[in-house]
Amino acid sequence: MAEKGSRAKALAGGTDVLVQLRAKRYLIDRLVDIKKIPEMNELTCTEQAGLVLGAAVPCCLIYENQDVSRLYPGLIDSAFLIGGIQIQGRASIGGNLCNAAPSADAIPTLIALEATCNIVGPKGKRTIAVEDFCTGPGQNVLKDGELLVSIHLPPPKRNSGAHYLRFIPRNEMDIAVAGVGASVVLSNGKIESARLALASVAPTPVFATKAAATLVGKEANEEAVLEAAEEAKKAAKPISDMRGTIEQRIHLVGVLTKRALNKAIARAKGAE
Amino acid sequence: MTTTVERPTESQRRFKVIGTRPIRHDGLGKVTGADRYGADVQLPGMLHAKMLRSPHAHARIKKIDTSKAEALPGVKAVVTSRDLPIIDDKPIDLAETLGNPRVLAENALASSKVLYKGHAIAAVAATSPHIAEEAAELIEVEYEVLQPVLDVREAMKKDAPLIHEKLTTHEVQRRFTRGDDTGVISNVASHLQFKQGDVADGFSRADVVVEREFTTVPVHQGYIEPQASTAQWAPDGHLTIWTSSQGSFGIRDQTAAILGIPQSMVKVVPMEIGGGFGGKIGTYLDPVAALLSKKAGLPVKIVMTRKEVFEGTGPTSGSYMRCKIGARRDGTITAAEFYLAYGAGAFPGSPVGAGAMYGLAPYKIDNVLIDAYDVVLNNPKVAAYRAPGTPQAAFAVESTLDELAEKLGIEPMEFRLTNAVREGDRQVNGIPFGSVGCVEVEEAIKNHPHYRTPLNGANRGRGVAMGFWGNGGMQSSATINVNTDGTISLITGSVDIGGTRVAVAMQAAEVLGLAAEDVVPTVGDTNAVGWTGITGGSRTAFSTGIAAITAAEQIKRTMAERAALKWETQPEDIEFEDGVFVSKMNREDRLTFKEIAASMMATGGPITASASSNPRQVGVSFAATLVDVEVDRETGKVQILRATAFQDVGMAVHPSYVEGQMQGGTVQGIGWALNEEYFFTDDGTMANSSFLDYRMPTSLDLPAIDTEIIEVPNPGHPFGVRGVGEVSIVAPMAAVANAIHDAVGIRMTSLPMSPGEVLKALDEQQRAGK
Amino acid sequence: MSLKIHVRTTVNGEETEFLCEGRQSLLEALRDILGLTGTKEGCNDGNCGACTINLDGRIVDSCLVLAAEAEGKTILTIEGVASIDGLHPLQQSFLEQAALQCGICTPGFIVAAKALLEQEPDADEHRIRHWLAGNLCRCTGYDKIIRAVLDAGAVVRGAK
Repeated sequence: MAEKGSRAKALAGGTDVLVQLRAKRYLIDRLVDIKKIPEMNELTCTEQAGLVLGAAVPCCLIYENQDVSRLYPGLIDSAFLIGGIQIQGRASIGGNLCNAAPSADAIPTLIALEATCNIVGPKGKRTIAVEDFCTGPGQNVLKDGELLVSIHLPPPKRNSGAHYLRFIPRNEMDIAVAGVGASVVLSNGKIESARLALASVAPTPVFATKAAATLVGKEANEEAVLEAAEEAKKAAKPISDMRGTIEQRIHLVGVLTKRALNKAIARAKGAE
Repeated sequence: MTTTVERPTESQRRFKVIGTRPIRHDGLGKVTGADRYGADVQLPGMLHAKMLRSPHAHARIKKIDTSKAEALPGVKAVVTSRDLPIIDDKPIDLAETLGNPRVLAENALASSKVLYKGHAIAAVAATSPHIAEEAAELIEVEYEVLQPVLDVREAMKKDAPLIHEKLTTHEVQRRFTRGDDTGVISNVASHLQFKQGDVADGFSRADVVVEREFTTVPVHQGYIEPQASTAQWAPDGHLTIWTSSQGSFGIRDQTAAILGIPQSMVKVVPMEIGGGFGGKIGTYLDPVAALLSKKAGLPVKIVMTRKEVFEGTGPTSGSYMRCKIGARRDGTITAAEFYLAYGAGAFPGSPVGAGAMYGLAPYKIDNVLIDAYDVVLNNPKVAAYRAPGTPQAAFAVESTLDELAEKLGIEPMEFRLTNAVREGDRQVNGIPFGSVGCVEVEEAIKNHPHYRTPLNGANRGRGVAMGFWGNGGMQSSATINVNTDGTISLITGSVDIGGTRVAVAMQAAEVLGLAAEDVVPTVGDTNAVGWTGITGGSRTAFSTGIAAITAAEQIKRTMAERAALKWETQPEDIEFEDGVFVSKMNREDRLTFKEIAASMMATGGPITASASSNPRQVGVSFAATLVDVEVDRETGKVQILRATAFQDVGMAVHPSYVEGQMQGGTVQGIGWALNEEYFFTDDGTMANSSFLDYRMPTSLDLPAIDTEIIEVPNPGHPFGVRGVGEVSIVAPMAAVANAIHDAVGIRMTSLPMSPGEVLKALDEQQRAGK
Repeated sequence: MSLKIHVRTTVNGEETEFLCEGRQSLLEALRDILGLTGTKEGCNDGNCGACTINLDGRIVDSCLVLAAEAEGKTILTIEGVASIDGLHPLQQSFLEQAALQCGICTPGFIVAAKALLEQEPDADEHRIRHWLAGNLCRCTGYDKIIRAVLDAGAVVRGAK
């Protein structure tokens, strides 16, 4: 891959790269199947060390894993709604991240869960936060010859909960018109910390820090949630296209932030 | 899941085979993957072809240079419109639409102008599809880009850019005719008017009048199988085409006309067809594959990509409509005025005439004025789509009526029943209806458990709408050959898109006292059977059925003659009862169908019969959709909770496949109502040309679709059959719109009623403080 | 691109070898190289499910798998669903319930539904509708397909 530089691409599940190649979104000389690299297929999940998710692990193995389902229900939300069953048998969360679509369903979840990227390249290894990974539509920080090997999710904090949901016109098989990933940590009924990330409302997934900050220290109630939702709308800088208008998307960010936070709070309270 | 009602059928009392549910004869090949469809053709030495298509919606072609493509290794032939002969500009009958070979040729390969993005310009045949695709990209075309015209109302303006410099408006008196040339050059290809009574007087007698504007955008038929055609032009001039189309003879006749060769030199072999819904009547690829094959001296296969299907084949018309209806307090409609302008796409021929004829059909209205306009646009040339032109019109009419009923304070079904058409009432063209089931359908709704069960819950609503479709008749041919074991083979020219082999075979079996399984139905190629029109227009079970029945009656007569020979009596003295020939002279003289078949070589040789149909009394169809929805006020998303399709089918030959037509049409209508649309950018590019963004309903978007079959026999068919394929798509859009109104109080007047549009309407409602 | 790749795989229980180009999809290989045209192409971008096959126990859209990726894998296509003993309960049920009209989507639906019933023969209507959301049908409105899968499930688990 290093030899071909930008004319090479990694192939994991192929559910994006093959479609884009056929649509001539880019021209390459080499497609490298990375699914046989052991580190790419790692799936280790413990309460102590968190989750190491190899970049090529398909969605179906994530939601079929009982430890991941128990510890990271927010990640399962994303893994279970990317494509249909056929796609979930191939598509990986790592691929969803590298594809760096503004609408990616996994990225807001990863940001909300404080995930980091383990990158290996000719010059060695480096680690960056997921919120710093995407640089534009279809663009990421990977340099020529670099590969995303795995994603690390820290162990879930006590009394924490996360949720991702998106709005689509159909009930499946669709691209998010807008999406929101939320996580909260509760302490004695109050919100100790929170993270929010938005899909499909900017050139990259949006890490909505201001909106999340409004929640800190507040009672986990409707008022706090609505305030954060209003603030999240300000973080959205969407475009109008065939999937939705600017006004609709900003409005949806408010609705989805509210719904995502409510569910995340419910999960944190152990309602699930 | 609620169950489809097992009906107490009229047919089960009268018939032995009609009304039963045998396994379709061709089913095995379809559940095992053995059946061969258009793209499955493989021939020795076969080449693969790809098209070059226009990136512009409207442009003049200045120059085409194919030299680089021709030089690519593996390329065997390149064709452009220069390879097409100059042919007569005269219309040919394409059944549901009027065809003109010059237009079809121009649509297959553009010559001087490209008229929509995706308009085919050239084609390349190569040893692999990948090489053909690379080569097509090497063709250099120089364009003079022109301003595209994408909206019906914009296109009708006096200063609109002209799509065809010489197109003049025709005044049309009857559908399917070109009418009188007004000489006025514009994008309006034709104006059609229907007038009955005096609308001014009618409206003056109305207590309440509702007038609304409606718009719809193009939607695609959405068949899962992209167009595919394989051609082999032999050195002796014989052309064979393997294609998946709705009518082999139509493809043969169009191809022969476009290529300027005799029909006798073209043989079309029907492959299994993966859906059509009207979109596979006109030819796109067949003449192009033929030209490539002629040049390369090898068979050539072309298969469209999904993007090509969306950009290059017919959607149905987008429309602008204005509907005005007035009624008295007692619920009697006094007058209606209906204005319709439909986009035809790049060439004249939208189905606006059907919309004009059929939109108001379920109602007896003495004073009517209908004006319909066929308007060319820089969109793909529209093609027929299930009850072409009528769903748009019904959306306008049935929404307006629902509002009128609301304003009058009359229950919607009561309002409809008050004005329902009956036998003898005049249609908008002045011709009276024959036997129709409008009232029966409406009564069935009122009595249905779905209608009688209250709908509870916030933001939930129920809507109902009627639909009408005139159905097609047209000609079909059938041949029956008797086997010595008493089974028969049945050859028809009707390609089978959804179970017509079994439905036609059952009719022959009914006549001959056989089991459906004793009939082996085959779809013949154009050299194997008599001329047969398309599978479309809801006509196959009806008209091809009549051809099969007629052939079967001939078989019966021949068999009676054979028995008469044996019994030394006259054929007239022989009766046929329960599959047995009996002599009226001596009731001991009995021969079964099988016995006569077994002895046929000794009694005069093989027994065969061929017959054709040319029916005059086509049974028209009324249908209705009843639907419950729930609206998410925060997102604008509409969820279908329950849907029931009602339809007068005349007589259900194979109830399962009748139900299937009703369910399929209803769901296509739901897709049209909620999310399907051609989303054009300002330059005329369809931005959503994939199944990802052209959102057809998935299984998860729908509930069970219940069906209620109503049987008001059609006197024009021996068993009372009416066409069943199309009318189910007519009512769903208005039914959903009316349900949304019932749920949240907004009137949606544009399709699709996508979440964004519903949200906008809810916002306006809130701002208006309702 | 003329360098061909040699692939060894198991298709419908038979060890199979073929030569393919790097750019060819598994769908192309199955149809054009191996002649298994029961697997259909509807969109070539993973949005219709007509090309559904079973690859090492998982259903996938074969248009989104490269032919070369089939090396060492086990493939089931529609042609391998029926056995010498007869049709699979799903195939029988699709026929009896008239769960197909044009039939182009049928192979994909049957291969997809088979994978579901193997792990969950008691899948309910909602589960079936969710599982099959990646398979588009334009003819039937899905109603009879869902009934056919429910019915076949009953046969598979011996309840019918």
